[in-house]
Amino acid sequence: MKPAIKVDGLRKSYGDLTVVKELSLTIEDGEIFAILGPNGAGKTTTVEILEGFRTADAGTVSVLDTDPSIKGGEALAWRNRIGIVLQSSNDTLELSPREALTHFASYYSNPRGVEEVIALVGLEEKADDRARTLSGGQRRRLDVGLGIIGRPELLFLDEPTTGFDPEARRAFWLLIRKLKDEGTTILLTTHYLDEAEALADRVAVMNHGEILEISTPALLGGRAHARATVTWSEGGISKSAQTDAPTEFVKNLSAQFGGEVPELSVHRPTLEDVYLSMIGATHE
Amino acid sequence: MNKKLPGALAIGLKRGGLEIKQFFRQKESVVFTLLFPLILLAIFGSVFSTKIAPGVTFSQYFVAGMIASALVNTGFQQIAIFIPIERDLGALKRLRGTPMPAASYFIGKAIVVTVSMAIQVVLLLVAGVAFFGVNLPTQANKWAVFAALLILGSLVSTILGVAFSSVPKNARGASAIVSPVVIILQFFSGVFFVFTDLPKWMQQIAAIFPLKWLTQGMRSIFLPDNFATREIAGNWETGRTFAIIGIWLIVGTILAIRTFKWDRE
Repeated sequence: MKPAIKVDGLRKSYGDLTVVKELSLTIEDGEIFAILGPNGAGKTTTVEILEGFRTADAGTVSVLDTDPSIKGGEALAWRNRIGIVLQSSNDTLELSPREALTHFASYYSNPRGVEEVIALVGLEEKADDRARTLSGGQRRRLDVGLGIIGRPELLFLDEPTTGFDPEARRAFWLLIRKLKDEGTTILLTTHYLDEAEALADRVAVMNHGEILEISTPALLGGRAHARATVTWSEGGISKSAQTDAPTEFVKNLSAQFGGEVPELSVHRPTLEDVYLSMIGATHE
Repeated sequence: MNKKLPGALAIGLKRGGLEIKQFFRQKESVVFTLLFPLILLAIFGSVFSTKIAPGVTFSQYFVAGMIASALVNTGFQQIAIFIPIERDLGALKRLRGTPMPAASYFIGKAIVVTVSMAIQVVLLLVAGVAFFGVNLPTQANKWAVFAALLILGSLVSTILGVAFSSVPKNARGASAIVSPVVIILQFFSGVFFVFTDLPKWMQQIAAIFPLKWLTQGMRSIFLPDNFATREIAGNWETGRTFAIIGIWLIVGTILAIRTFKWDRE
């Protein structure tokens, strides 16, 4: 199977400012791929080139086996196969979700059913209310609905859960996994590292226009091999130790306490710890 | 899976329906767009009750100008203000990301302009006949010229609105720039005053733009034939009117295609 996205030697500058330097990456068909990076890292520019909104200065870009900078009828046929969820848009305020979805469905050759999408994004209760009256999270779910109405093979999600409460975020993650199960390739940009960890098969960390590393969330930044921190309580005082062999360490502790270790926890660096050290930021 | 994409015209008609729905749901803007010309008509018609020629009142003269202005208000003004709003809201970028053909977007705009233009013209005609002594033409050829002026006028007005929509940087700038442009043009083109009473330089500037010609064209329909001798050229200049509107239609189309922006940079 051909990769969904293949980028080789991508470069983009605005005037003297180089925003993307020699970027290469491959996203496999059917995977959820997350791009992480601070503001100004070049994420948005990279994704907008992949979406066909901007053109590259150099390098080759192939998205669903097509150059996103094509024009005319070929471009429309290509757009028929992708879905894009941009950052917040407030353009459908006078329409109900059902009206907006029904209308956008008419752009595509083989759209999903409107009722199906309303159910997928959980807007059954609000389907006939004006979007104006929807909460921020509900409008965001409508944005996602409009992005998937065309049954895309590839879905771009830009900061999809900004403004969601924790429950809505969990529900949204379930939806994304469902889309993946149906074979949709998903490119996600997010500021939430827990979101990347929960959803992504692989993540790329970008900074200063370059990819620092591409890996699975579990292995990023040597995370799996990093020293673990063991913490416990001894006579009411909190203690901690770093170790390469946490299992052995805990076994010894347990022997020392004659069974249960008070307030025991074993902690590996979180994705956030690894990410922050990669982009050169410090905690707090 | 290999079903064909829907055609540009089919989507364009759907967009027209959607645009009309959205337009009429914004109550404030409906009232402003459709009733404002009637309010102006009531004010000017009451203030200037003088006769400007035997058998021609200022109100009659003004109704002709306001019908021409209706084309500018519902086309140029509405489009040049709403496109930057849609650009700021991300509506255009969202559409750009779908397989909707660009032509469908413009077809939708033309439909909403045609509908609001038709409503406004009917309102003005009804008010003009009922309250301001406007006489509807009786000859069929005048109605034919009227129809041609309405169609060409709203086309040129819409396309120039699309071209002008790239000038304002954002939605707030749009109404600040577009409204004065329209009002000044109305003053210069003989909508609020009798054109031949205006200073020469104003007449010459106005003669460059389509509104002056649309206004003159509307007078040729709603004023008595003998009033033509009081026009600058001594006649209605119908051929020249259509030629100049035609040139603007071509220039405007080229400008609109070349400058249209889907996204804020």
